[in-house]
This record gives sequence, structure tokens and C-alpha cells, in this order.
Amino acid sequence: MNSITLAAGEELNPLIPHPVEIVLSLVVFALLYLAVKKWVVPNFEKTFAERTQAIEGGLAAAETKQAEADAKLAELNQQLSDARHEAARIREEAREQGATIVAEMRQQAQSEAARIVEHAHTQIEAERQQAVTSLRAEVGALATSLAGRIVGESLDDEARQSRVVDRFLADLESQQATGNGAH
Amino acid sequence: MSFALNRLGAVAPTAEEGFTPPGPGDFDLPPIGGGSTFEFMGQTMYLGVTKPMLQLVLAAAVVFWFFYAAAKKRSMVPGKLQYVGEVGYGFTRNSIGRDIIGSRDFMRFVPYLFALFFFILLNNFFGSIPFIQFPSFSRSGMVYSLAILSWIIYNAVGIKKHGFGGYFRLQSVPSGIKGPMLLLLVPLEFMSNILVRPVTLALRLFANMLAGHLLLILFALGGEYLLLHGAALVKPVGILAWLLFIAISFLELLIQFLQAYVFVLLNAMYISGALADEH
Repeated sequence: MNSITLAAGEELNPLIPHPVEIVLSLVVFALLYLAVKKWVVPNFEKTFAERTQAIEGGLAAAETKQAEADAKLAELNQQLSDARHEAARIREEAREQGATIVAEMRQQAQSEAARIVEHAHTQIEAERQQAVTSLRAEVGALATSLAGRIVGESLDDEARQSRVVDRFLADLESQQATGNGAH
Repeated sequence: MSFALNRLGAVAPTAEEGFTPPGPGDFDLPPIGGGSTFEFMGQTMYLGVTKPMLQLVLAAAVVFWFFYAAAKKRSMVPGKLQYVGEVGYGFTRNSIGRDIIGSRDFMRFVPYLFALFFFILLNNFFGSIPFIQFPSFSRSGMVYSLAILSWIIYNAVGIKKHGFGGYFRLQSVPSGIKGPMLLLLVPLEFMSNILVRPVTLALRLFANMLAGHLLLILFALGGEYLLLHGAALVKPVGILAWLLFIAISFLELLIQFLQAYVFVLLNAMYISGALADEH
């Protein structure tokens, strides 16, 4: 393996550099540096920047969504309270309307009742008048026939009959007059 | 274990003379397929393609390939590969780059810090990955270049921002101190901020990798020697050495990570210090 050997292995000073190694190390590292700077670092930096942007963009989007949701919620709450007010207003109106209708109905019923009562009164008065008239005739006839029977004479004769009736009525009227005077 | 085999070949003929402890020579691998030698700073060195050189290239290729594949998809919800890639990239970008340099300027340095961290990390892990088992940065030359590079970068960044005089005033004149104390402190600050930093940066990584691997070789070879050549009574100690070898291997994994982290972290702190306004 060792075709050539160094004579003074023991006196070797490791601090004294090998000139080729100095140059080689410098060149190899310089190449690595250039390659890394050109092809590795920009890629990593781009990835980091994109990732940061993606995260920040996501956060911004979330914030917008949150704001939108808040606005929507406020709007819905507003609508809900509007609807409540509307409902209350409608109820109130209905109650008022109902009261008015009831009052109107009551008045109508009362006037109707009054009218019916009035009508009944008129009818009763007319019927009474009619009854009085018919009674007067009937009572006359009855009385005449009763008197005829009691008197025992025929009263069929026209003249007689009317004379008797007139007499009777005159008696009645005089009676009534005295009665009235007595009152 | 390639080392152990290597050493075994070298040690076996001299076994009668006793145990040869591992040394710096173990880190001077011969070129693959042979080569020649040359003299440099009083040392004889191999000239040829060695294993740590190949490891360096392999590490760069693997790091790039892995992160390129992970980053390529760019999906919002990452898969496993992309997720691992993003965690690794995010770690260097945020924990090292942004937190230390500050969010105003850090993006310029992210590719550098990112490439540097994973390049060093994988090269360190090569010390523990089976069949490779050699930390590339136990070779001082490879670390020196990275340290010099970081020294150039942070000084250049500072000079560009504050101007030549302004930058050296920033780095060497501590604020809130007046009078003769400055005579003492200015040279000290200049030394520590401009001259010593690249040295400590390089030595910390290099020495940790060298020493850690040396320790592993010592436990592996020492245990082997005790088992093969030791007296009957000390043979169990060889087993114990191998158990310790396993434990230290785990410690090494931690150190390999920490050294890569510290190297890049200090880079970021130096850059941040050079960019700082008057402190």
C-alpha cells in the first residue's frame, strides 16, 4: 500500500499545512457556496415567503369572514326586532279594531232592539184598537140579544131595535158620565 | 477502522519492540494510487490525491445534492425530505444568522453561513461514519483556508461599512475608556479582534478534530494490542478499552457537531461585530 514512505514520521508537525489542501478546501467551499447561493437558498426563501403569505392571507380571509358574519348577525337581529315591533303593532291594531267592532255591534243591537220594541208597541196598540172596535160591535150584538131574551119581546123590528139600542147606549153614556163625574 | 488496519500493517513487524502509540504521522495519509513527495516549510509532503481531499469534495457534493433536492419541491406542506432540509436551513438562517447578525443585514450572509455549517458538519461526521472514519479537518491546511476566508469576510464587511479608519477604531478602541488606559487596551483589542481571531478559529476546529480522532485511534489500537500481545491478566483491560472506544465515539459525535456550530457561530458573531454601530 505504501509505495513511498516518509522518512521523518515522528518529526511531522501537524500545524504545518499542506499547500494543496489549503487551495483545495478554498475552491471546494467556494463552489459549494456559489451553488448553494444560486440553487438552494432562493428556493428555501421563496418557500418561506410563500408560506408566510399563505398564512397571512388565510388570517386576513378569516378576519373578513368574521366581519361579514358579524354584520349578518347584526342585520338578522335588527330584522328580528323589527318583526317583533311589527307584530306588536299589528296586535295592538287588531285589539283596537276588535273593540271598535264590538262597540258598533252593541250599538247596532241596541237600536235594533229599540226598533223591535217600538214596532211591537205599535202593533199591540193597533191590535188593541181593533179588539176594542170589534168588541164594541160584538158586545152590542150580545147585549141586544141578551136584552131581547130578557125583555121577551122581539126586537127584530128594525125601528124598534135601533130605538132600544140607542136608548141603551144613551143610558150607558149617562152612566159613564155620572161615573166619570163621581171620579 | 481503515486507520487501525493501516496502523496494524505498520505496527505488526515491530510488535516485539512494544506498543507504538499513534501520532501525527497517522494523519498524513499517503496518496491513493501512489505519488511523489515534495518539501514544504521543512516538511516532506505527499503529492497526490489523498483520502481527506476526496472527502472534502464528497462532502460538498452531498451537502449540495441533499439541500438542492429538499428545496426543489417548494411545497407549502413539506414532505419528509423537504422538512429536514427546511429545519437545517432554518437553523443556520434563524438561530445563527438572524439572531446574531440581526434582521437588517443577515440575509446577505445566510448562504455563506449555511454552506459553511453543513460543509464543516459533514466533514466532521466523516470522522465517525463507518468506512470513512477520518475527519477531514484534522488536516490543518483545510481549516486554515476556511479561517482565512472568514477573516477576510468579516474584515471586508467592516471596512466596507465603516471605512478603513472607522473600522479599525471600532475594533480596537473600546468605548467609554479615556486617557492612558487606551495605550494598554488598544493594542490588546487590536490583537484579539484582528490578529488572534483567525488563529483561534482555525486551531479550535483543527485541534479538536485531530485530538478526538487520535484518542479514538489510541483506544482502538491500545485495546487491540492489549488483547493480542498483553499478558493474560491485562487482556480484559483491552475489552474495557474497546468499550471506552464506543463511549468516546458518541462523545466525538457531539464534539463534531459542536465544533461545526461554534465555528459558524463565531463567524456570525465576528460579522455582527464588524457591522455593529459604535458600541
